[in-house]
Amino acid sequence: MENTMVNEAKAAEGLPRIGSPAPQFEAVTTHGTLRLSDFKGSWLILFSHPADFTPVCTTEFIAFAQIHGKLREMNCELLGLSIDSVYSHIAWARNIEEKLGQKITFPIIADLNKEVATKYGMLMPGESKTETSRCVFVIDDKQVIRAMIYYPLSTGRNMDEIVRLLQSLQTVDKHKVATPANWRPGDKVIVPPPITQETAEERVREKGLECKDWYFCKKDLK
Amino acid sequence: MACVNPDGTLSESAKALLRALAKPTAAEEIASQVGQPLFKVRSSLRELTAAGLIKEAGEKFLITESGKTRL
Repeated sequence: MENTMVNEAKAAEGLPRIGSPAPQFEAVTTHGTLRLSDFKGSWLILFSHPADFTPVCTTEFIAFAQIHGKLREMNCELLGLSIDSVYSHIAWARNIEEKLGQKITFPIIADLNKEVATKYGMLMPGESKTETSRCVFVIDDKQVIRAMIYYPLSTGRNMDEIVRLLQSLQTVDKHKVATPANWRPGDKVIVPPPITQETAEERVREKGLECKDWYFCKKDLK
Repeated sequence: MACVNPDGTLSESAKALLRALAKPTAAEEIASQVGQPLFKVRSSLRELTAAGLIKEAGEKFLITESGKTRL
């Protein structure tokens, strides 16, 4: 029991963490051999799905393809992954276009040796040893992990939330603010709380802010 | 392989890249010239360099004599 806990703790040490550099990789994809470093300078949503030719994944792929244009407008690329061959990925992408009318425009990693899945902790042994869970890694233009979402095999992801998350992260970077629960672009943002008594007193006198108290102020972005 | 097919022929996107490299050009410029995403251009440049069809010239890339014969 103790050994198992030690092993699990060791395995978790190498997993991606918010704020840490994204693990580098080189992988075969439906768009040729790609390295993570090829995406430097643009944001990247790296996501895994359990398997090709499965119904929930098919609905997700259509949904990801539908937000791809919007993501690109936000300087963000998409990169899929599953433990399937590149031939399976090609056949599935062609099938989705032929049967469901949606072209798959983003590359998909064929991670047959589970190298990338293992680096990113996409396999959940309690759920499946052969299929990656529905993971999403938001990687910024400097290749730092900025957010992670994990969904089980049974539940398709919400594209609105993925877009909203990216919008929040880019707004946070640009304006040095935070975003409240259920924030949408155009809503008021949170002003980071003061960290000294002096700045706390200044904060409550500051004009242009909507303050409930010294630590809880919102403002409009111009 | 995205650029060089298993039979040694080049994909159309690879030929477009080679044509864009008549003079030394940076990856970012090539991406906007050929209308391909930068990540794909970087990957293709690596592959074409390994195949000896282009060469690095500082931060830029240039078609080789071998590359010219493939157009």
